Amino acid sequence: MIKKRIIPCLDVKDGRVVKGIQFKGLRDVGDPVELAKRYNDEGADELIFLDVSATERGHELMLEVIEKTAEVLFIPLGIGGGIRTAEDVGRLLNAGADKVSINSAALKRPELIREAAERYGSQCIALSVDAKWEEEERDWFCYTHGGRKRTDVRALDWVQEAERLGAGEILLTSMDTDGMKQGFDHELLLAVKQRVSVPVIASGGAGNAEHFVNLFTETDVSAGLAASIFHNKEVSIHEVKELSKRNGVAVRET
Amino acid sequence: MIAIVDYGLGNIANVRRALEYLGYQVLLTKDPEELRQADGLVLPGVGHFGDAMRKLEADGLIPILTELKDEKPFVGICLGMQLLYEGSEEGNVDGLGFLPGKIERIRTSLPVPHLGWNQLNSENETLREDVYFIHSYKAVPDEYTVATAQYGGEEVVAIVQKGNLIGIQFHPEKSGDAGLAILDQAMKGGFR
Repeated sequence: MIKKRIIPCLDVKDGRVVKGIQFKGLRDVGDPVELAKRYNDEGADELIFLDVSATERGHELMLEVIEKTAEVLFIPLGIGGGIRTAEDVGRLLNAGADKVSINSAALKRPELIREAAERYGSQCIALSVDAKWEEEERDWFCYTHGGRKRTDVRALDWVQEAERLGAGEILLTSMDTDGMKQGFDHELLLAVKQRVSVPVIASGGAGNAEHFVNLFTETDVSAGLAASIFHNKEVSIHEVKELSKRNGVAVRET
Repeated sequence: MIAIVDYGLGNIANVRRALEYLGYQVLLTKDPEELRQADGLVLPGVGHFGDAMRKLEADGLIPILTELKDEKPFVGICLGMQLLYEGSEEGNVDGLGFLPGKIERIRTSLPVPHLGWNQLNSENETLREDVYFIHSYKAVPDEYTVATAQYGGEEVVAIVQKGNLIGIQFHPEKSGDAGLAILDQAMKGGFR
């Protein structure tokens, strides 16, 4: 049986991890390679770096970070942010990434998913979606630019289209629950799982270990992602796994 | 010195990094003499079975691989494992034929590929670890099977060994410490 995955996500800007990270005894808390190792030791099943650099130089530094991380990290490494072309995807994979997630560029030009999937295989192409509920329309809509720009694309239609184009996984962030620490957005996740059969990574809303257990027992998503609660040591990956096991959720033993 | 068979297919870099992390010296090559001199061989591969066989053939690698298959640890990883068999439903082509049997499509109601962390079943207790799989085709368990994994009622070969010839279906280079230990053991002669 496939194990449910617990995935920490690190925001990387110009080669450095941004946002507060609280790991004891780390010489340099902003070093993505050090943090990647630490999360590996804690039992993370996969790691995602989100490149939030605003410049070309920043994206180049990301490649260096991936290369250095791949020398010491032997679990799957996903990269999101700043991907515009199939060539960008190729560069990230060559540097040592196992998967890339595409958001804005795919909304702008959906064929990018097909091109990247045909060239590198669906298993390494994820669609990243930032979705927000709109009460008047009674539906979820996709946002770009880190959640700042609303599009007219309906999230449920979009994930279905992306699967058809060859996306091998959906990284789904609910902007309604993100940062609230009240649990994942089950309503959105269940609706998306109705539309696609590829694995879904749930993101946005985790505040404690129970939220992961609820996620895995109430929806059939494949993975739960969180950033700040892991970085701030509010919850450890170990704790999430122990509680999951006690509640009958199969997780990877480390 | 470990030689990774370089036939232009798949993400060889991460297998190389894992071997180097384990302390091996690694050479990427398709030169027969260098392959002969290596202490162990790794046949990597991701992608399509038919494409891979055509590339091995185009690079003239099949005779040297056949010569060396019993000589020293010879480890096929992922598609590289599948190539060791007689053939595959994927593209309906012949494989290297070093192991008996044919590679089949995974048939289950669950999503294919079989993707993610799954547990190994084995008589060897030290192998009962969670490891990372990505594949749509599978080998069928037989007398050479060392470990398997269950996926939606299907039993897929996860590790196979016949003499010095070893196949690993999952990605040991992406399976954390457990995967690295299995890769190391494979390069040191395997599991029997």
